[in-house]
Amino acid sequence: MRYKPWHALRSPRAVSGLAGVLLLVFMMVFAPHLWADAASAANVAERLQRPSGSHPLGTDQLGRDLLARVLVATRLSLLLTLGSTAIAVCGGVVLGMVATVVPRVLRRGLTALLEILMSFPWLLLTLFFTVIWGASAKGALLAVGFAGIPTVARLTYTMSSSVAGRDFVRAARIVGVGPLGILGRHVLPNIRPVLVVNAAAVASVTLLSFTGLSFLGLGVQAPDYDWGRLLAEGVGKIYVNPVAALGPGVAVLVTALILNTLGALASEAAGRTPRIAGKAAPRLRAARIPASADEPVVEVEDLRVSFPDGSGGLVERVAGVSFTIRPGETVGIVGASGSGKSVTAMAIAGLLGPAAHVRATTLRFQDIDMSGEPDAAARRKLGLGLSVVFQDPLTSLNPVLTIGRQLTEVSEVHGDLGRRDARRRAQWALSLVGIPLPARRARQYPHQLSGGMRQRVMIGMGLMGTPALLIADEPTTALDVTVQQNVLRVLHQARERTGSAILFISHDIALVSGFCDRVLVMKDGLIVEELDARQLDRARHPYTRALIACVPHMTTDRTRPLPVIADFDGSEDAEEIHA
Amino acid sequence: MTIPSTASIEPSASPPEGDATRRRGRHLPGLSPRLTFLRRRVIRVLVSLALVVVATFLIVHIVPGDPVRAALGPSATPTLVAHARAELGLDKPELQQFADYVTGLFHGHLGLSLQTQRSVGTTLGDRLPVTLTLAGVAFAVAALLCVPIGMLTAVAVYRRRRRWLGNTVQWLLGAFIAMPDMLLGVGLIALFGITLHALPVAGWGTFAQLVLPVVALAIGPMSYLARIVHVEMLSVLETPFMTTARGKRLPAHLRYLRHALPNIITGALTAGGLVLTGLVAGTVIIETVFAIPGLGTTIVTSITAKDYPMIQGVVLLYASLVLGLNLVIDLILTALDPHSSLLEG
Amino acid sequence: MSHTLEYDGLSVRYGRGGSAHQAVDDVSLVVRPGTVHGLVGESGSGKSTLAAATVGLVRATSGAIRLDGTEVTRGTAGRRARRRIQLIFQDPHSALDPRMSIGTSIAEAMRASGRRRSRVERRQRVRELLELVDIEPDRYREPPAGFSGGQRQRITIARALAAEPDVIIADEITSALDVSVQGVVLNLLRELQSELNLTMLLISHNLAVVRYVCHTVTVLRHGRVVETGDTERTLSDPQDPYTKALLDAVPVLGERPDWGSVA
Repeated sequence: MRYKPWHALRSPRAVSGLAGVLLLVFMMVFAPHLWADAASAANVAERLQRPSGSHPLGTDQLGRDLLARVLVATRLSLLLTLGSTAIAVCGGVVLGMVATVVPRVLRRGLTALLEILMSFPWLLLTLFFTVIWGASAKGALLAVGFAGIPTVARLTYTMSSSVAGRDFVRAARIVGVGPLGILGRHVLPNIRPVLVVNAAAVASVTLLSFTGLSFLGLGVQAPDYDWGRLLAEGVGKIYVNPVAALGPGVAVLVTALILNTLGALASEAAGRTPRIAGKAAPRLRAARIPASADEPVVEVEDLRVSFPDGSGGLVERVAGVSFTIRPGETVGIVGASGSGKSVTAMAIAGLLGPAAHVRATTLRFQDIDMSGEPDAAARRKLGLGLSVVFQDPLTSLNPVLTIGRQLTEVSEVHGDLGRRDARRRAQWALSLVGIPLPARRARQYPHQLSGGMRQRVMIGMGLMGTPALLIADEPTTALDVTVQQNVLRVLHQARERTGSAILFISHDIALVSGFCDRVLVMKDGLIVEELDARQLDRARHPYTRALIACVPHMTTDRTRPLPVIADFDGSEDAEEIHA
Repeated sequence: MTIPSTASIEPSASPPEGDATRRRGRHLPGLSPRLTFLRRRVIRVLVSLALVVVATFLIVHIVPGDPVRAALGPSATPTLVAHARAELGLDKPELQQFADYVTGLFHGHLGLSLQTQRSVGTTLGDRLPVTLTLAGVAFAVAALLCVPIGMLTAVAVYRRRRRWLGNTVQWLLGAFIAMPDMLLGVGLIALFGITLHALPVAGWGTFAQLVLPVVALAIGPMSYLARIVHVEMLSVLETPFMTTARGKRLPAHLRYLRHALPNIITGALTAGGLVLTGLVAGTVIIETVFAIPGLGTTIVTSITAKDYPMIQGVVLLYASLVLGLNLVIDLILTALDPHSSLLEG
Repeated sequence: MSHTLEYDGLSVRYGRGGSAHQAVDDVSLVVRPGTVHGLVGESGSGKSTLAAATVGLVRATSGAIRLDGTEVTRGTAGRRARRRIQLIFQDPHSALDPRMSIGTSIAEAMRASGRRRSRVERRQRVRELLELVDIEPDRYREPPAGFSGGQRQRITIARALAAEPDVIIADEITSALDVSVQGVVLNLLRELQSELNLTMLLISHNLAVVRYVCHTVTVLRHGRVVETGDTERTLSDPQDPYTKALLDAVPVLGERPDWGSVA
């Protein structure tokens, strides 16, 4: 499916933006012809009049109609704005791109200079340049334009170097594409959308700067006039006729808003990537798992979770899942990315974002209904009894709070422990997950710990209460294999010590089989098979068999090609497309 | 007001991804990264200051034509012009002029105004407190208001409750950002000064005279900062550590104030630094609108009158203000941010 | 098409003075013609840096990299030789220019072959290459966004082949892919290698992948060579404790590791 740009033009914002542009262009081209006479004809008899039917904004001290003057001023105001924007954008883009390819020493110098220039406000730079080029329309055009160059250059440089660091540019460098080729073929096309968005923003700021300069008497000089001059003249007579000052001001405001709308439209268009229609998950019958005799920790029946797809509809990511977890049991969910395994786990924890639509016949943790908003008592119970370990331990710990703080607050909020007791408990939990010198570590911040240690802290956080369920969502995927073992051991020991059940999510079936009692295999939002972890060789579903066979392991026959999923279920393209 | 660029994509460092080399040993073991960062910043400010000194010195030399003749007008007698030239030191060799200029700066001599014949230093000394008060009060107002507004609208939008309110406020903020300072000023004068007769519209000295200029000056930056806070807050709300906090079932005030707020402070303060310097510059316009005798009106009148010694002095002062404020913001940032993501740059 | 890639005491250091970090430390190894050599290591082992140094993306601090005896890190001759080494990246989503059609991306790589081709010849060659990696040749005009991760990785393989390289370096090419499609890419790589008799350096943290694809293997740790030798023998009878630890850490299907007891 290809993205059709004209579709974006249907929104109310797009309509108003385009109407605004048409209005501006019309005024720029025709206003001087239509109202030039009214704007310049002096009529001393009617000087300094308040607004009336024949002069909606009143007249100035020579009796000229102010509305006509505001409309006629559109041309000069806009031409100056466009001129300066062109200077700022062209100069900035060239300078920014050059900075990306010049040798390192030059590049350092250039970026340092840009940083310094950028630390001065635009208006100040403009005033400085005005001193040089003089208080005139031409001087202001150059001053405002040049003052804008550093901002654009810096933006271009940052974006270019981020694009230049990406693999496809490295690939081009490896095959011998030169610096100019890289800039022209790869960098410019990739930064163009953002540049367009920013050009609109620059134009808006430019307009305001011009108005400011003319207002201060440093821009356009009499007998010419732009909105800034009219504003200044109006302010001089504000006691006679306040509207005289507001009129040109409103013209500036409306134009700035139109420019901002254009920028927003451009960024909308730039942000839209070709969309691939979400595959409707096939409605297979979900395997029903019989509930066990003792009271389960987690009970899920016909869980369905959907998310907005961005064009008003909903995509079902979990399509009717049912299972239970008994106390102390270790259950694994295996599946490819996009199979709905994490969404299922987060639904049980009640931690899906507000965008998710969760429906289920039953969705319970102990006796708490997780499909609704928990009350205070339920929150307390959840805070102490259910904890979650995420894939990336660096981002799942708060970077600005100490490890100790993040542990103790669980007990302080829910467990009614005093600060000192909570601190003691935190040290106990940290030593339990094998962190040496827990008292010292508790005072440190997450970035001072290694990846494996952070993940152990996350597990320790769950031990602050009386855990009944620990959800581990790909807890070792971001870690090295040798560290992975360590973290799994800690997880295992935590379970042994507390009797907590574990829900273990992973894409690695070998890992899950070694850790769990029971394995659920998920595909396209459904559980396709449930297995005893010790009897994976009895897997019946083709997808499970494929998952087991299609990854090489340490005993794979090296003389034969690996089986692929298509060999098992005959589907043409079993992979999901990631847009 | 001037809208600073918000792009924050940093160029990638040289080590390829995949190897976790970046986080190891990039700083001298003896010197804390914080100090390294500060040292770099101080050096930058000094270099900037040197550039500003050179630039202000050059003003008189790169202006096309004879600056003295331009300043005194065509009617001035040749003796008067020659006298003024000597006063400015323009009859000496250029290197000598620069040396005199710099030594003068170190002794606090900024020369005499061509217009009033008063010492530039004294004039600026009189006007500086006015501008500082105006900008300082406006910044305080903006800083105090932006955080609650930005956070509340972000939470409303994120939780999909009362979204219309959040969106309306956001739209209003957008309009305020696009509004030129002088229009705000004029609107306020028209409404409170002329129609309601509630507040004085010009002059300086009383509290009542402070109200309208401060409001006119603060609304734009406040809106801009509130937007930054809003965006930062939204992205913080999406982070895994906020999910962890929700997983701990912490009450809302702890999640937002203890977990989210410190994480948006860095971004907000960085933007705040830009806004503060923009605000200092914004005084130029507001002072003119409200006829306040500060640095802003001084720079405008001196440029119009081509009073070069005064221009040099006031530009130098403004630039030093901006650089000083930047340095202060950097100091606060390093003190606040234990994670020091800044230091990686 | 038999070429030798040789590393002789290669060292790469990032930074200077006290903040320096030795990413690759005196590494020597030989990739023999027509074979696949595996480079195994965890994060921080320097394996990606080694790849980047080979194709000239980072500068070697000391030591030499030779392709058929020509030093590739220095001089114009070296630069020319370097183009005969192609790198396949880990993340197929960032390895293709999102604003360029896949056909153009592949055609761009042909310039490294040093052969002059007309527009028609280039298009013909693009189609052949796409066919070779099992991508519908008629889709050459499409941007990468329409392809899945596995398909994109196959396209980057086609791009590497377009340069007609003497040596291919594959840097973690399956680790960003879903398990369900890793097999497809590995099969393709093995097929191409034996069909075209390619010389290849395969970098991976996954011992099973290395074992499946490579003839010989080198284990890296903190930038240093820990062990090197024939794949089968090294992995079945490791000499170095680190290699042993790595092997022990590999999860085995249905096998419960010894977690130890709490008591």
